[in-house]
Amino acid sequence: MSVVRVIGGLGAQVLAMLAMVGRLTLFAAETISHLLRPPFYTREFLTALVQIGWLSLPVVGMTTLFTGGALALQIYAGGARFSAEAVVPSIVAIGMVRELGPVLGGLMVAARVASSIAAEIATMKVTEQIDALVTLSTNPMKYLTLPRVLAATLAVPCLVAVGDVIGIMGGYLVGVSRLDFNAAAYLKNTVDFLEVFDVTSGLIKGAVFGFIVATVGCFYGMNSGRGAQGVGAATKSAVVAASVLIFAANYILTELFFSA
Amino acid sequence: MIELTDVHKAFGPKKVLQGVNLTIPKGTSMVIIGGSGTGKSVLLKSVLGLVTPDSGSITLDGQDVGTGDRDAFLARFGMLFQGGALFDSLPVWQNVAFRLMRGALKRPKAEARDIAIEKLRRVGLTPDVADLFPSELSGGMQKRVGLARAIAAEPEIIFFDEPTTGLDPIMSGVINDLIREIVVEMGATAMTITHDMTSVRAIADNVAMLHDGVIQWTGPVAQMDASGDPYLDQFIHGRADGPIEAVR
Repeated sequence: MSVVRVIGGLGAQVLAMLAMVGRLTLFAAETISHLLRPPFYTREFLTALVQIGWLSLPVVGMTTLFTGGALALQIYAGGARFSAEAVVPSIVAIGMVRELGPVLGGLMVAARVASSIAAEIATMKVTEQIDALVTLSTNPMKYLTLPRVLAATLAVPCLVAVGDVIGIMGGYLVGVSRLDFNAAAYLKNTVDFLEVFDVTSGLIKGAVFGFIVATVGCFYGMNSGRGAQGVGAATKSAVVAASVLIFAANYILTELFFSA
Repeated sequence: MIELTDVHKAFGPKKVLQGVNLTIPKGTSMVIIGGSGTGKSVLLKSVLGLVTPDSGSITLDGQDVGTGDRDAFLARFGMLFQGGALFDSLPVWQNVAFRLMRGALKRPKAEARDIAIEKLRRVGLTPDVADLFPSELSGGMQKRVGLARAIAAEPEIIFFDEPTTGLDPIMSGVINDLIREIVVEMGATAMTITHDMTSVRAIADNVAMLHDGVIQWTGPVAQMDASGDPYLDQFIHGRADGPIEAVR
């Protein structure tokens, strides 16, 4: 009896998750459909661009700087086992632009932006501001969701690009100051082994992650429960779901771009 | 004229509206009273299309509210929300002029600001409030700003959701007087939901009592005290004993 109950509970959880994925997909499709239908709220878009892009720059920069430095140390230590210390510049660069730049950038934006979007919109829902928007002839999907999703989709690749440069710089600083690399040789190796698609694939990942972060934040905000508990639950769910979806999307995109 | 016919609405197993019939003639002020959780807000939001009824019809001047141009329909309404529902991210004047800064009613920014300041004055607020943010205002001031926003585009129909909840008696009186003056001055149709019997007597031409998902009693406010309806009597006199259970 208890086994049946456990399996039943598991099934209910899976069904609930699939229903949520379905609702999220419909929400994303509706958001995209508003791209083609005016009115467009330029001021809200520009505000979101500053909030999501510009104000996330310090946290993304710090994260990639330290990660680039740590990566250089790890690759040097690992490479020393088979006399391949010289690969540090190229592996740091490839690792940053293909994987760590977009994934870390996406995760930091998820932590900072998905939570704030979900909390803001959920609070607006709880305080009837969303209803007020509707009574003022303003579609909340157009006014709240589309500007944020569009801004995140455009801002995160830019953050990734900046994060890539800062991460490579972190590796360079550690390589030159701690690992005795020649500065000019380090830079030459970085540039020589990096291909254009390494960079563009990371930027495409960034755009997808940005779309995921803002869509998930808006979705959980719009569907939040009542009261402070509802706002808290929406915020937590948005960060968790955005992070998991970023990892899943990263694997799928890596398969698409780089599978043999 | 707003007409609701046999309107039903349930949330899961909870049946909130169970066949509401109500007519609000044009240019009159209808106040809907009833206990907490009896579906007054759901009724009001159903008219606006914020909540979709499960069955029944709601018409405005003979046309179903769910059909036709939604923007044109909503442009006829103004609404004061219970908590004000002011947009935190916008200064007061942009809250008031929200509808005048976008969409079909869009005006130049300077003109929208002038109208906002005039409406703020109309509700007893000075122009220096215009550039403050909602979080910098007291509850009573937020209600007044919400009222200014509701009347900014001079709508034909204005809804007031618990306009005096959370206010002291003097501020409640000020808001009641403002609502009555504005409704008379604009010739608007008004629909108010409240528990506050002082508000009812100050605002209403007609009263409807919602209980158990239906309109228990409706009639002119002057006949309310002599209605002979035990439910209405218990409610307006605030008695714990009577046909309405105190524990719901």
